[in-house]
Amino acid sequence: MQLLAETATSTGEAVQFWVLGTVAVIGGLCTVLLRRAVHAALCLAGTMIVLALFYLANGAYFLGIVQIVVYTGAVMMLFLFVLMLVGVSAADSLKETLKGQRLLAACCGLGLGILLIAGIGQISVGGFTGLSEANAGGNVPAIATLLFTRYVAAFEVVGALLTVAAVGATLLSHRERIERTKTQREQAEERVRGGVQLPPLPAPGVYARHNAVDRPALLPDGTPAELSVNPTLRQRGQIREVGPEALATLAALEQRTADHHGRSREERPRTQGNLPEGHGGSNLDEQEAPK
Amino acid sequence: MESLIGLLVGAPLLGAAVLLVGGRRLDRVGHWLASALAAVSFVLGAVLFAELLGRSTDDRTLHSHLFSWVPVEGFQADVAFQLDQLSMVFVLLITGVGTLIHLYSIGYMEHDERRRRFFGYLNLFLAAMLLLVLADNYLLLYVGWEGVGLASYLLIGFWQHKPTAAAAAKKAFLVNRVGDAGLAIAIFLMFTTFGSFAIAPVAEAAGEAGQGTLTAIGLMLLLAACGKSAQVPLQSWLGDAMEGPTPVSALIHAATMVTAGVYLITRSGALFNAAPDAQTVVVVVGAVTLLFGALVGCAKDDIKKALAGSTMSQIGYMILAAGLGPIGYAFAIMHLVTHGFFKAGLFLGAGSVMHGMNDEVDMRRYGGLRKYMPVTFVTFGLGYLAIIGFPYLSGFFSKDQIIEAAFAKGGTQGWILGAVTLLGAAITAYYMTRVMLMTFFGEKRWKPDAEGNMPHPHESPKTMTIPMVVLAFGSVFAGGLFKLNDSFVHWLEPVVSLEHGHSPVSAGTVTAATIVALVLGVGAAWLQYGRRPVPAEAPRGSLLTRAARRDLLQDDFNHVVLVRGGEHLTRSLVYLDGKVVDGAVNGVAAGFGGLSGRLRRLQNGFARSYAVSMFGGAAVLVAATLLMRAV
Amino acid sequence: MSPINYVYLAALLFTIGAAGVLIRRNAIVVFMCIELMLNASNLALVAFSRMHGNLDGQIMAFFVMVVAAAEVVVGLAIIVMLYRARHSASVDDASLMKL
Repeated sequence: MQLLAETATSTGEAVQFWVLGTVAVIGGLCTVLLRRAVHAALCLAGTMIVLALFYLANGAYFLGIVQIVVYTGAVMMLFLFVLMLVGVSAADSLKETLKGQRLLAACCGLGLGILLIAGIGQISVGGFTGLSEANAGGNVPAIATLLFTRYVAAFEVVGALLTVAAVGATLLSHRERIERTKTQREQAEERVRGGVQLPPLPAPGVYARHNAVDRPALLPDGTPAELSVNPTLRQRGQIREVGPEALATLAALEQRTADHHGRSREERPRTQGNLPEGHGGSNLDEQEAPK
Repeated sequence: MESLIGLLVGAPLLGAAVLLVGGRRLDRVGHWLASALAAVSFVLGAVLFAELLGRSTDDRTLHSHLFSWVPVEGFQADVAFQLDQLSMVFVLLITGVGTLIHLYSIGYMEHDERRRRFFGYLNLFLAAMLLLVLADNYLLLYVGWEGVGLASYLLIGFWQHKPTAAAAAKKAFLVNRVGDAGLAIAIFLMFTTFGSFAIAPVAEAAGEAGQGTLTAIGLMLLLAACGKSAQVPLQSWLGDAMEGPTPVSALIHAATMVTAGVYLITRSGALFNAAPDAQTVVVVVGAVTLLFGALVGCAKDDIKKALAGSTMSQIGYMILAAGLGPIGYAFAIMHLVTHGFFKAGLFLGAGSVMHGMNDEVDMRRYGGLRKYMPVTFVTFGLGYLAIIGFPYLSGFFSKDQIIEAAFAKGGTQGWILGAVTLLGAAITAYYMTRVMLMTFFGEKRWKPDAEGNMPHPHESPKTMTIPMVVLAFGSVFAGGLFKLNDSFVHWLEPVVSLEHGHSPVSAGTVTAATIVALVLGVGAAWLQYGRRPVPAEAPRGSLLTRAARRDLLQDDFNHVVLVRGGEHLTRSLVYLDGKVVDGAVNGVAAGFGGLSGRLRRLQNGFARSYAVSMFGGAAVLVAATLLMRAV
Repeated sequence: MSPINYVYLAALLFTIGAAGVLIRRNAIVVFMCIELMLNASNLALVAFSRMHGNLDGQIMAFFVMVVAAAEVVVGLAIIVMLYRARHSASVDDASLMKL
């Protein structure tokens, strides 16, 4: 039989407290300071498990298990789900944007911490009662007894609260379609009216020596058609630009070919079918209309 | 019989309503309708007069209660009439002279396309004036008072296309407001003091009030009288009021409306008798105005303005007499009536002259008109003789009585007043002779008018001459008739409680002195204007003459003291309002605005910033809790 | 060792969580910091329960857990909505409620 009022806990528990307490504090600090939200969530989960162990050490066996199952198991997983939904890689820049916010936060945190610890220090603790008597018939039956007798009203209310929360969450994440789905015809009409590009975009300029989709096609006046290459390529910087030298070379080549055939340059379109394929001087349009 | 009183007021009121509402279709008959209704009023007045004559001396007051106007407990305002001897005199004067002037206007306004409207206004004036003199309480009297003010405003500005006429109308209206405010305050004081503003109860209770209150009421009534009767210091509007058509000048600004002040003081005699200080002020105002008007009348070359100065002066006589108390009331009223006759006649004569002279008003452009307008000359001449107090004409009797009463005031005051009235009589003789000589005698000084038409003086039509003749008869015989057996004074005695003062000089001496003053005045005028030709351009004249030509600087005084002073006051008040009051208000507002602007920065929209304040607050709470525990 | 040390630890964790709420901008991390604060308070409650020798503190901690669960459900739903609307989970981006 233990004394009703103890003055100290066992040495084992003290060791456990100091080791696990350090882990919990480090976990908390990591939660606050790590840039990636996933890391923070994992650290928090670790802290929660440590806290669950503390609950167990303090005789709150039911709560300890619930902490692991519900908090670490369910709630933290919910956090991770939402993180996945929002984007795992969304790293949080730790650079402060609000002026003076960090200083104020530090002041508030330090002040609150010092005040709380000073407040706790004021309480004279000679000894403590311990839960051996309260837990005599087992922790879970004792809690159940309290919960369903003295706290039954609060229990019911909290149950209702959970239901409401569940319904509310459903309602919040549910998106109702409030307008009729557009038919294909309406979409087509809308596109015409909106003045967007209706026919297919121009194809890129394909040269035999490149056979590439990364070269813009040339417009009749010799300028590159920007629309003819995929914007993704442009964003990646994988476009081969058609420089002025290339254009000049092309013009000279065509001129030579025309001279070779003894015709003026203006008549060239009629003779383009005679151009050798391997010259690489023809663009897509010329290839599409061979004679 | 009592119900006739309502009709008496109602007839011209109906005329005004019909003429002003009826529109153009009444243009051809409007003037005859208005004149007929004025005549109806006069006939009703005469019938009522006969009724009163038939009664015994003590029973000559008729009451007629039309309806309760404001039937509130403790504040009973009725529309009720009271016709006694005093009212009767006024009723006959107003309707009689009024009818004649209506008749005259038919000819005078013949070529005016707005004649119907003019007659409507005239009828409106008659109704208001009758209401004024018949009201049995001061509130109703106030309605009439304002009504005549309105009619006066409308008629002075009748030719509103002339800027001078519009300005004169405005001026008359504004100056009259000052007096009207006085009357209103007097009524308020009566109500708070006596609990009533009906004339009879107030007169009965007059002795019970404190001396200060009575003096205040008296002074306020005097202020009202000054405004309406153009007495110093509210005299400045009368000269300008001559911008109105001449019949208006004759009826409103000579015979009737301007005497309303005298009526008011006589009617409130009981109050003034109980307030000797107020009476003294009344006498002083009368004496000052008497000389003031006479001096102005001497200097004016405009015939109507000269007559206006004369009117002011003669009303000064009446106010002075009324201020003398029971020894003077009856004579004030008597002079009022005779003055009504001869001054209306003079104005009508002046109008007739202007009619024949292309509306020329400058007497220096007249001269020698007696051959061209014989009727006008004779009637005007009779009026002239009456006003200067030629023996056995109207003015002689009435003015003589006032001078006697002034001496009878007794003591130094009596001597001073007597001297002033005698001096006034001399000056009256001077300036009226001047008018007479410049207009009808001497050589012709006619000049073509602005359009180059040479005037062709001619006698006026019958509708104009007949009223002049009738009024001339009145000027000649009214005084004698009244004086016969002192019938007029005895008639008024029950109302005005006549007393006979003890004059230090005998009546004969006063009469002799008056005649001497008259001869001196006429002689001086003849020496200056009769013996040698009148210059067509006014000579520069002495300082006094030049001042008198400018109405003895009354407008300059008003301008400097009231207008400039008012402007400065307003400007400083605006400055005060803008800088101090608004400054304080705006300053507080700007202060709060600035503070809010600073505080607004706290509301930066960032949830984390709000969280900091929440945690800060939590920390403060914890600290407070700990502090409380420590204490 | 006295069980009061658990309370000290709880205060420390609570403060760390509070500072995290003030410093972090990612709404999910902020939310996790709030969870840390709730857990810290739970630890204190459990320690109190032991010190006083009755189970009321544990009951309180139990209720805190349930309410926290409800809060997480609704809060995460709100964060998802926010992300859908603004394509960002930063609490600083939702700063329209100002003048």
